[in-house]
Amino acid sequence: MSSINYSERIPNNVNLAEDRTLQRALEQWQPNFINWWDDVGPEGSTNHDVYLRTAVSVDPQGWAQFGHVKMRDYRWGIFLNPGDASREVHFGDHKGQKVWQDVPGEHRANLRRIIVTQGDTEPASVEQQRHLGLTAPSMYDLRNLFQINVEEGRHLWAMVYLLHKHFGRDGREEADALLQRTSGDVDNPRILGAFNEKTPDWLAFFMFTYFTDRDGKFQLSALAESAFDPLARTTKFMLTEEAHHMFVGESGISRTISRTCQVMNELKTDDVEKIRAAGVIDLPTIQRYLNFHYSVTIDLFGADQSSNAASFYSSGLKGRYEEGKRTDDHVLKGQTYKVLEVQNGQLVEKEAPMLNALNEVLRDDFIKDSIAGVNRWNKVIEKAGLPMRLTVPHKAFNRQIGALAGIRMSPEGKVISAAEWEGRKDEWLPTPDDRAFVASLMGRVTEAGKFANWIAPPVMGINRQPVDFEYVRFG
Amino acid sequence: MDMATDVTIIKQHLIDPEICIRCNTCEATCPVNAITHDDNNYVVRADICNGCMACISPCPTGSIDNWRTMPVAKAYSIEEQLTWEVLPAELTPEQMEVDAADIDVAASFGAATAPVAPAGEDVFNSASFGATTPPWSAAKAFTNLYGPKNATTATVVGNYNCTDAGFDSETHHVVLDFGSMPFPVLEGQSIGIIPPGTDANGKAHMPRQYSVASPRNGERPNYNNVALTVKRVTVDHTGNPVRGVASNYVCDLKVGDKVQVVGPFGHSFLMPNHPKSHIVMICTGTGSAPMRAMTEWRRRLRASGKFEGGKLMLFFGARTQQELPYFGPLQNLPKDFIDVNLAFSRAPNQPKRYVQDVMRERAADLAQLLQDGATHIYVCGLKSMEEGVVLTLRDIVRDAGLDWDSVAGSLKKEGRLHLETY
Repeated sequence: MSSINYSERIPNNVNLAEDRTLQRALEQWQPNFINWWDDVGPEGSTNHDVYLRTAVSVDPQGWAQFGHVKMRDYRWGIFLNPGDASREVHFGDHKGQKVWQDVPGEHRANLRRIIVTQGDTEPASVEQQRHLGLTAPSMYDLRNLFQINVEEGRHLWAMVYLLHKHFGRDGREEADALLQRTSGDVDNPRILGAFNEKTPDWLAFFMFTYFTDRDGKFQLSALAESAFDPLARTTKFMLTEEAHHMFVGESGISRTISRTCQVMNELKTDDVEKIRAAGVIDLPTIQRYLNFHYSVTIDLFGADQSSNAASFYSSGLKGRYEEGKRTDDHVLKGQTYKVLEVQNGQLVEKEAPMLNALNEVLRDDFIKDSIAGVNRWNKVIEKAGLPMRLTVPHKAFNRQIGALAGIRMSPEGKVISAAEWEGRKDEWLPTPDDRAFVASLMGRVTEAGKFANWIAPPVMGINRQPVDFEYVRFG
Repeated sequence: MDMATDVTIIKQHLIDPEICIRCNTCEATCPVNAITHDDNNYVVRADICNGCMACISPCPTGSIDNWRTMPVAKAYSIEEQLTWEVLPAELTPEQMEVDAADIDVAASFGAATAPVAPAGEDVFNSASFGATTPPWSAAKAFTNLYGPKNATTATVVGNYNCTDAGFDSETHHVVLDFGSMPFPVLEGQSIGIIPPGTDANGKAHMPRQYSVASPRNGERPNYNNVALTVKRVTVDHTGNPVRGVASNYVCDLKVGDKVQVVGPFGHSFLMPNHPKSHIVMICTGTGSAPMRAMTEWRRRLRASGKFEGGKLMLFFGARTQQELPYFGPLQNLPKDFIDVNLAFSRAPNQPKRYVQDVMRERAADLAQLLQDGATHIYVCGLKSMEEGVVLTLRDIVRDAGLDWDSVAGSLKKEGRLHLETY
């Protein structure tokens, strides 16, 4: 494999050809990456020619080059947003100092941990989604799934680049470990809980890309503020790609809802059994999926009070979402933020030091952004003239991490008894029966321009191509 | 058509709020900060968007790619767009009619170039015939090297009135030097100038775009400088006296002054390099800037013997000869080098003549050129001329017994008909 010209094979704007050490490190890692892709990447996709977007540079023209490619031959590139020589740390204790081009010794362990945790999610989601191609509701959706998969692969490359370039031997070992952990593996699982959950069907996939990839957006946005400049520039570019993933989720759910509403209007019914018999997903089931993915995802932001969060911020490693657009002092010492706690069976708000509550701040930003999209789904229902509305559950609902972990809580935010939870949890979270029903709809549609019965076609195609374009050529 | 009383039509860039997922990619990508948002919608400022299309491919949803043909006076404000839940329909022909309006030529130079306005099928939509790709032999253009956040500085090395003296709305020929900073431009591209100071709301002025009037190797050959053609704006859209912020700033610049520059912009309105290619140029007023650039580049090639008989034909309209930029130098070009056709719509004691009229007079020659795959046509100037010019081309093609759809199809597909009107 050493005969491969990596500087050509890997589009990059980091002068890969000039850094022999880095090139050798990547030469050793690259075959393992391909093996990993073959073993746990998209199943049965080896011979497909997929209409994919490949970034060949970071300027607007080079950003999105479209063409049919085999995924195994996808040119996973390494891109950093253009640097700004005058950039300064704009928050925390180092505010006003020059940003770091190398890792300061005292922050090495924390930065490595941040990068590894972020990097671990990228291959994890590819593993979680590996069987979905076999049940894609259309060629268009199959293409979107594969686009996400290759870009998660590229995001892994981006993190591995940072590990190899800036963390020496430790970094190389961590990069190898990223390919060794496996989503859902009992002995060697992925680091974060949500990335060990199954993504068994396309409704779950759309929910995952809507909610969980949005967590990615907020984490990347916070890292894009980092004083460690290579991390900031890398994550900034990753964000542009992450947008497509959230689009797949938001439009996927929207199209599912649209088709359900159409059938409800045709049959003039809101009877779940009749709607299911017509082969579409009833809105209550969609609400339960939403509750599940939302609550699992907001756990990803971590404990609501965290000294790690405080030290990451103060030391300049990780900022807040849109740090640059906020107008406070960007140091946050002595400030407070409201967090939730249960006292005497009741939820109460209490003031916590802002720095320790930064996970909660990011979580609340995420919640606001998530709700905006849920309201857009509701517009689809409203337009169809139906009364039901989707909502996000209370942020203490079904939590496993932080002060609210394990609390029995209704989606409306009422603390309930263990008995009531047991009695009603099937109203709120997807049941095995729900999952079996959704799975029963997952038949594969491979003809260009045709869509499974349970989902509406999109309003437009990808890259101004028609909806019935041959997005995947099956080899 | 009467250009003086025609209204200014723009292709207004809009974002479909039903499809947009608010990912912020467009706002982060826009080189001129034309895109903004609130909690509800992402929106485009019509007066700032230059149609550079940088935001189109990064948009994951396609919601970015929406355009409405609008009289500039009726363009949707961002306040209006922020309240939208769905995109408005195209205006009907009746709604399109607004009072006669003049336009701020300098301030809106280089309006949207490429997108096709989805007008009704029975309406002749001249914009839809414009190519979005450059000719095959065009040089590769650099774009967006400098944005408002990293503008570069140029020094004024020349500034003179290139129309006859004594008119309020004089047109200036301004030369900027970039010193040692790279600023590669091709004929047909434009650059943006940021006027100093702030607007009425205390915000920094947005860049104003001007087409480059000099060839690729500099206004002075092998110097790192460019020339611009800037008309001093003295009346607003409704004819009231006003001093255009940017155009007056540029026209008043003194040699030695420093200006903030962004760009370059534009990747399709580019000239063919092929030595046997023909160029037909149709322009009015400051729309002559790219034509001057292309002509000068051809002239330099010819002087160095690198030119194999490609024809140059120019149709140039202005109100009067005195107001026609570069009238003097134009007269000095050899007749066997360029075929110059002038049209004056306000010449004293003369009937009004527009570029279309002169094109019709030259129908026989144009018909021949239109059948030649080496012919490239460039239209630049007031928006109101565009439809008349394209309709005239259509008539000439049909009168020659040819099929307009197939001729127009090849012109567009092969990047041989370029429209840049404002």
